[in-house]
Amino acid sequence: MNAPIIELADIRKTYYEGTAVATEVLHGINLTVRAGEFACLIGPSGSGKSTLLNLIGLLERPSAGSYLLKSRPIQQASDDERTRARLDTLGFVFQFHHLLPAFSALENVMLPGLMREGAFTQQQRANAQQLLGAVGLAGAMHKPPNELSGGMQQRVAIARALALSPDLVLADEPTGNLDTHSADEVFALMREFNVNRGTAFLLVTHDPRLAERCDRVIQLRDGTIVGDAPQQRSR
Amino acid sequence: MGFEWVVAQRFLREGGMQTLLIMAGTTIGIAVIVFITGFLGDMQRDLIKRTLGVQAHIVIRPAEEVARPLRDAPATATALPQVQARVQRLRSVDQWQALLPALEATPGIIAISPIAAGPGIVTRGDVNKTVTIMGIVPAPYVAVTRFNEKIVSGDLRLDPGDVLIGTDLAKDLGVGLGDKVRLSTPTSPGDAYQVRGIYDLGIRNLNRAYAYVGLAPAQAMHALPGGASSLELAVDDLFGAERFAARLRGTMPHEVESWMQANPQLLAGLSNQTVMTLLVRFFLALVVAIGVSSVLVVAVVQKTKEIGILRAMGASRGRILRVFLLQGALIGATGALLGSACGYALTFVMSDILRSSDGTRLFEARLEPELYLYTLLAAVVLGLVAAMMPARRAARLDPAQAIRV
Repeated sequence: MNAPIIELADIRKTYYEGTAVATEVLHGINLTVRAGEFACLIGPSGSGKSTLLNLIGLLERPSAGSYLLKSRPIQQASDDERTRARLDTLGFVFQFHHLLPAFSALENVMLPGLMREGAFTQQQRANAQQLLGAVGLAGAMHKPPNELSGGMQQRVAIARALALSPDLVLADEPTGNLDTHSADEVFALMREFNVNRGTAFLLVTHDPRLAERCDRVIQLRDGTIVGDAPQQRSR
Repeated sequence: MGFEWVVAQRFLREGGMQTLLIMAGTTIGIAVIVFITGFLGDMQRDLIKRTLGVQAHIVIRPAEEVARPLRDAPATATALPQVQARVQRLRSVDQWQALLPALEATPGIIAISPIAAGPGIVTRGDVNKTVTIMGIVPAPYVAVTRFNEKIVSGDLRLDPGDVLIGTDLAKDLGVGLGDKVRLSTPTSPGDAYQVRGIYDLGIRNLNRAYAYVGLAPAQAMHALPGGASSLELAVDDLFGAERFAARLRGTMPHEVESWMQANPQLLAGLSNQTVMTLLVRFFLALVVAIGVSSVLVVAVVQKTKEIGILRAMGASRGRILRVFLLQGALIGATGALLGSACGYALTFVMSDILRSSDGTRLFEARLEPELYLYTLLAAVVLGLVAAMMPARRAARLDPAQAIRV
C-alpha cells in the first residue's frame, strides 16, 4: 500500500452563527487518501463536501479531530506553515477555473513556481510549456484566460495545479460548468496525470457518470461518510 | 519580493483606467507640491536677496550709548525732571581686531568683514550728493555680501584713491569709469577719488546711497583711526541667523543684529507665506493619500476572488499584504517621478511669466536634485501609508470565503 498523504481522524467542523447558534456540519470524519489514488467525493448539496475539501486543502481549520498531512499534524500549525504546506503538497482546481486574468495561460501555470522561487525562471517556463502541451494547449499558451473557452481554462487550471508536482490535487466540481464533451476531456486529462505521474486526485462531483469512473467513491451525507468503496477501474 | 513585485505590477496594469486616473491625480498633486516648494524656496531666497541688497546676515555694532542720570545723588541735589537721550556718535567696535580670531573660529560663520561707514558727500563740479561712505576690505566683503555680482563695469579693486559708486549716482553726477569725484565728510575736507567700478544693486535708492572706498581711507575720513564701525557676518544658515545672533549676543558687550531683526516686516511676510504653503502642501498630500487609499480599497474588493486563489495556491498573508503595499508605493513613486518633471516644467514656465517691476525674473527656476529625491522618498512613504489599510484588509481575507465570492 502506498504511503498516506492525508489522514483524518474524527474530524468535526462547527460553524457559529452569531454566538448562540452552533451548527455542526461534519460529524467525525475518518478518511485516508494515499499516494496515487484517484478518488471522488459525492453527496447531495449541503452534505459538507466543500467544507471537507476546504479542511483537507488547509483553507479552513477543523473544530475537533486530528489531521495528518504526510504524517505531520497540521491543524494546529501557523497560517504561514499551512500556506507553505499548500504550496508544496497540494494543488487546487476549482469549479469556476479561477485563472488570474492579468496573466497569460503560460504565466498562470508558472505562478506556483514564482511563489516558491521568487522569480520567473527558464525551468518553470519549460515545465509550464510541457504541462500545457500535455493538456493540449500548446497553441494557446500566450493567450489571456478570457480568450479561452471554459474547457480550455479548466485545462490550464489543471496544468497550474500540477506545476509543482503536488502529492494530491483537490478538485471541487472541476467539470461542474462544462458541457459533456469538455467534461470528459478534462476528466480524462486528470486520469492521465494520475496514471502517468502518480499524482493523487480527490474530486468533488455531482456527476454520477464521472463518479463511476473513479477508483474509489466516498459518499458523504449530512456530514458523515456513509459509503467508501473501491471500484473496478474502468475508463 | 519577486512574486509580490510581479503581481503588484500586473494588478496595477490590469486596473487600467482606474490606475491611470489615480496616477494622474498623484502626479498633479505632487507636481503642485514640488512647484510650490521649489517656487517658495526660490522666491523667498530671491526676495531676501533683493530686499537685503548688500545687507549682511548679522551685523555687530558698538552698543548704543545711553544717558545715565545720577540716581544716587545726595538728597540735597535737585533731581532732573527730564533725561535727554544721548546722541549716537560714530564709534568703533571696541577691540574688533581681537574679536576677529574668536569669530573666525566659530562654526557656522562663513565670513567676517570689517566696515568703516559714515556720512559723506560726493562732489563733482557744483553737484553735491550725500552718501554713506563705506570703507571695506574687498575680499571678506565679497564673501559676506557677494558684492562682486553687483559690479556692472570696472572692477572690484580698492587701491588708495579708488571709489566704487552705483549706476544711478554715476548718472546723477555724469561720471564714468576713470573719472574723478571728490569725497568729503564732516570730519575731513576731502580728497579726489577715481571711479574704479560701478555697481547695480537693483534698487535705485540703494544705487545712490553708497560710495565704497578702502578701509584705511574711510577710517581716516570718518576719524576712526584703526576702527571699524561694524563687523558684518555671513552665516551658513540664512534662516537660522537670528538664533545665531542671539548666541553671539551673550558672548560680547556689543549690539548684534540679524537680518531678521533689521527687517521684521519682511520676516513676518516670509513666515506667513511659509506657514500657508505648508498647509497647502499638507492638505494636497492628504488628498493624494486618500485617493490612493480609496482606489486600493476598491481594487481589493474587485480582486477578492483572485486574492483567494493566490492564498489557496500558497501565497502567505504577508505576501498578499506586500502585493498591495507595493502597489501604493508604485503609485507614489510614479507620481513623484512624473510630478517632479511637471513641477519643474511649471516652475520654469512660471519663472518666465512672473517678473518684477524692472522686468527681471522674480525668481530663477533651478533644478534641485535634493528636492526631487526627498519628494520621491516622501511619495513612496505616502503611498505605503495610504496602502496600509487596504493591504491589511486584503491579507485578512479568508481564502475559503474569498474563492466562493
